[in-house]
Amino acid sequence: MATRAPERAAPPRRPGGKRRLTGRHWRHAVDVKASPYAYVAPFFLLFCAFGLFPIGYTLWVSLHEWTLLDDEHTFVGLENFRVLLADSYFWNATFNTLSIGLLSMLPQLLLALWLAHLLNRPLRAQNFFRITLLLPNVTSVVAVVVIFSQIFGRDFGLINWVITSFGFDGIAWRDGTLSSHVAISTMIMWRWTGYNALILLAAMQAVPRELYEAATIDGASSFTQLRKVTVPMIRPTIAFVVITSTIGSMQIFAEPLLFGAYTLTGGQDRQYQTLSLFFYENYMRLDFGFSSAISWMIFVFILIIAGINYLLTNRMKGSIR
Amino acid sequence: MTGRRVNNRLTYLTLTAVAFFFTIPLYYSVVVASRDNASLASVPPPLFPGGNFFENVSRVFDTVPFGLAMINSVLVAGSISISVMFFSTLAGFAFAKLRFRGRNILLLMTVGTMMVPTLAGIIPLYILMVKLEWVGSLYAVVVPALVNAFGVFFMTQFLSRALPTELLEAGRVDGCTTWGLVWHVVFPAARPAAAVLGMLTFMTAWNDYMWPLMVLTPENPTVQVALSTLAAGYVNDYVMGLAGTALGTLPLVIVFALLGKHIIGGIMQGAVKG
Repeated sequence: MATRAPERAAPPRRPGGKRRLTGRHWRHAVDVKASPYAYVAPFFLLFCAFGLFPIGYTLWVSLHEWTLLDDEHTFVGLENFRVLLADSYFWNATFNTLSIGLLSMLPQLLLALWLAHLLNRPLRAQNFFRITLLLPNVTSVVAVVVIFSQIFGRDFGLINWVITSFGFDGIAWRDGTLSSHVAISTMIMWRWTGYNALILLAAMQAVPRELYEAATIDGASSFTQLRKVTVPMIRPTIAFVVITSTIGSMQIFAEPLLFGAYTLTGGQDRQYQTLSLFFYENYMRLDFGFSSAISWMIFVFILIIAGINYLLTNRMKGSIR
Repeated sequence: MTGRRVNNRLTYLTLTAVAFFFTIPLYYSVVVASRDNASLASVPPPLFPGGNFFENVSRVFDTVPFGLAMINSVLVAGSISISVMFFSTLAGFAFAKLRFRGRNILLLMTVGTMMVPTLAGIIPLYILMVKLEWVGSLYAVVVPALVNAFGVFFMTQFLSRALPTELLEAGRVDGCTTWGLVWHVVFPAARPAAAVLGMLTFMTAWNDYMWPLMVLTPENPTVQVALSTLAAGYVNDYVMGLAGTALGTLPLVIVFALLGKHIIGGIMQGAVKG
């Protein structure tokens, strides 16, 4: 609309002033046409160079025998993928990633829902509670792992102290498959539950108050309201949280790396080596073709899980309506 | 009525318990960081801070270049946040308020790639850094992070709501160029959201780990890389590891505790739309 203003002003002018006006008009037209591109250009140039291009190029690298040291890159087709799919370490890492992902995501989601439900009412010290919820998320992953490695320590760890003071034997958290997965999931949960609770809370605050008032009049308990009113109303946000946590859990890296004191195998028997750590192990061997194949497989897994998730949420919608 | 009061008391009790569990690991890290290694073996373990913090910190500085790491992290996170705020506001304004050919497809591309894992492009990015001879230098960490899709999406969402179209039209009628509008109308209007975006970006950049680990060296690290060197090489020296952790984490935690209200507002605002 605004762009038409000068045009409308143009006709009444006398011919003498016309040339100056077209000059201004022309500059104005260029300004209006070109400015949008000028404003998105810096973003898109950098984004294509360092964001989009590398993603596509990963596929190209994965089709080659490619190491950093050689200048020759032989095209090998799908050979890297064939080797990868036959590699038991790869499937071991896939199992560990899924196991840690499930162990951390399910309790986390329920806890986050419940916390958001508790905060979704007039409370004193709202801000205090919200800030403490997000404090773990401000703490860096590295710091979280260092702190929890101490807490989960076999000999002087805080948790084993509690366990032994109840008369049980302390647990060697790093040694077992399940125990190491529980320890790593705890770190993830500690860092992300509050963040997800706040996102769910934001969605809950958009649910019309009248629904709760009606439910209260009908005598529904707080828990029933959560189950029958809140959850159906914020389903898109729940799906969003599940998908972002899935993407995050497929990329768990610092936790297993530093929990194992910087061993790339994720424990002696690879009992907690995740896919990202498996990727990093092969990257450190400078086997770029093979690591690219791994990162593409991780991407494919994410797509599959996101797809399943999408179907499930759609089915849930079908059954509730 | 009493039922509700009991209910309320339960709520406060639960939330306080949760707050306790969310802060206790941070507290305990300070306890360990201010002790010596021998006292950790005592039963019960130490539950209150001791007096060894500064000695442990000075050992951190002797073991890894921690001062350099702090300076590097401030430089990296600072320049990334400023750049992300600036370019996201510009692109967000164009997407939110300007009409141009290709707008929808470009916006769709931006949003669509937001969910792609960083891991998907990391090998070619590394190859690129080798070609540019940036491995080991801060450029490798800063330049790829100068813009991101989330920032553009965030500012587009904010500006399409918060920037009145009438104000822009009025500016046009007064003969303002587009850049004039950006300078006099868009930047002032964008300030609250840009501040939130800046803080979020700063936190993410400060805490980023995998990529800096891949392209930086222990001699020229960021804080996270230096901390992981500590954690990797001195496994049994808990007090030193946690002293470093406390030093690298606490500044951010304190800043967050002070500004947290605004950051949380920003996260929740972004979430409803997402």
